[in-house]
Amino acid sequence: MKLHKILSLGVLGTALIAGSASAEVRDIRIGVDVPYEPMEYRTPEGELTGFDIELGNALCAEIGIECEWVVQGWDGIIPGLMARKYDAIMSSMTINEQRREQVLFSDPYITPPSAWFAPADVEIGTPSEETLEGMTIGVQRGTLQDNYVTDMYGDVADVNRYATADDMVLDMDAGRLDAVFLDFPIGKSTLLDSEAGNYKVVGEMITEPKEYFGEGFGIAFRQRDQELAQAFNEALDTLQENGTYDEIHAKYFGEE
Amino acid sequence: MDALMTWLEAQLADNSIFTLQTFGYYGEGLTTTVQLVFLSLVIGLVAAVPLAIGRGSKRPWVKWPIFAYTYVFRGTPLLVQLYLIYYGVVFVEGIQETWLWVILEKPFVPALIAFTLNTAAYTTEIFHGAIQATPRGEIEAARAYGMSRRLMLRRIVLPSAFRRALPAYGNEVIFMLHASAIASVVTIMDLTGAARFVYARYYAPFEAFLFVAAIYLCLTFAILYFFRWLERRLLAHLKPASG
Repeated sequence: MKLHKILSLGVLGTALIAGSASAEVRDIRIGVDVPYEPMEYRTPEGELTGFDIELGNALCAEIGIECEWVVQGWDGIIPGLMARKYDAIMSSMTINEQRREQVLFSDPYITPPSAWFAPADVEIGTPSEETLEGMTIGVQRGTLQDNYVTDMYGDVADVNRYATADDMVLDMDAGRLDAVFLDFPIGKSTLLDSEAGNYKVVGEMITEPKEYFGEGFGIAFRQRDQELAQAFNEALDTLQENGTYDEIHAKYFGEE
Repeated sequence: MDALMTWLEAQLADNSIFTLQTFGYYGEGLTTTVQLVFLSLVIGLVAAVPLAIGRGSKRPWVKWPIFAYTYVFRGTPLLVQLYLIYYGVVFVEGIQETWLWVILEKPFVPALIAFTLNTAAYTTEIFHGAIQATPRGEIEAARAYGMSRRLMLRRIVLPSAFRRALPAYGNEVIFMLHASAIASVVTIMDLTGAARFVYARYYAPFEAFLFVAAIYLCLTFAILYFFRWLERRLLAHLKPASG
């Protein structure tokens, strides 16, 4: 009897050890909020695609696990992770302190720069207090771009704040705006690609100072899934070294 | 003034939301809201008097277009009208090249047009109702004196109609003030726009919106008391004689 118990405990123990060893490499589900072109969106056929999706799949392949994507609205995306509807979030989530209290972040996998866009026929130098003086600048209300523009150029330029990026693009088409300040990937897909030739990028990509632009996008895990996060960080390093990351990056954002 | 500023600054020292900068935004917002509402009410009022007279006309080609106008503008949300005027005009081919664009480029004039058309429609109906309600006896008396239609309108019908319309019109003014809160959707930094800005900046919905709600309350009280005073003056003859 005793022996039997010990034996079964041993079996259980082995199973537990085996279980925890495979915890690193178990198949997972990843939560994502679509659409947010070009980070995550659906093709006309309804298939999920985008930078996050492709990079996520590449990371899973590198780790050697199967990943399934779960579509979840943005406002419930962290609660969904806690409720185990999925095991990770990869959905253009900016790493910040507030979220860090709830979730565990991977290393940032991309830091999307912000950039100035202007109609092709507007003469505008590298943005500075002098060149932007008297200009009308569009931003999306409450975004980090709004905070940045308000603090840097609020005194010399007119800042028009819009509820959505669509309204802003509409007003830029109408000729009411001299320039807008946007997440570069969003501006590229809505202004440069979809209305080719009408708009141009002005000046450099902007990622500094960090107090405005944050640390970049990270993959979020539950706090206790340290090993999982570790596995993704290592896979990310590998992909960045072997060029796979650059390939995917170039596909969605073009060559830098 | 300087002393006041330093005093204010000292009061705000341990406060991250209500800084001089935010007060600046609220101040500008207050000016914009008052300008927008006041101008649209004045223009709307001036336009509404002839429209109300025309609305009661017996000639169908005068009456029906005015009815159609008030029906459309009272029958659709002001937000939709504002969107149509602000974003809609740009789809007029080549408007950017005409002189009109100079005034339509900035959001203020499109918003003013939308608000004016809207309040004029409501005010027309208010006055029209008041004119219709003129007691038959007054009109018959005026006719008996041999007054022309024009003279009767000027001396008898309109003065008494204005008095009757006053309480309803006071409501319209307050509604207009509150309706102006939507101006921020076309990027105007009015009071609500300022509150939204502060909210988005500091993630402080209660502070931002309670403060602005208090300002709206003060404005509403001012309007309320102005109309009460006006009614007391203009309707004094209708009060029961105090014995």
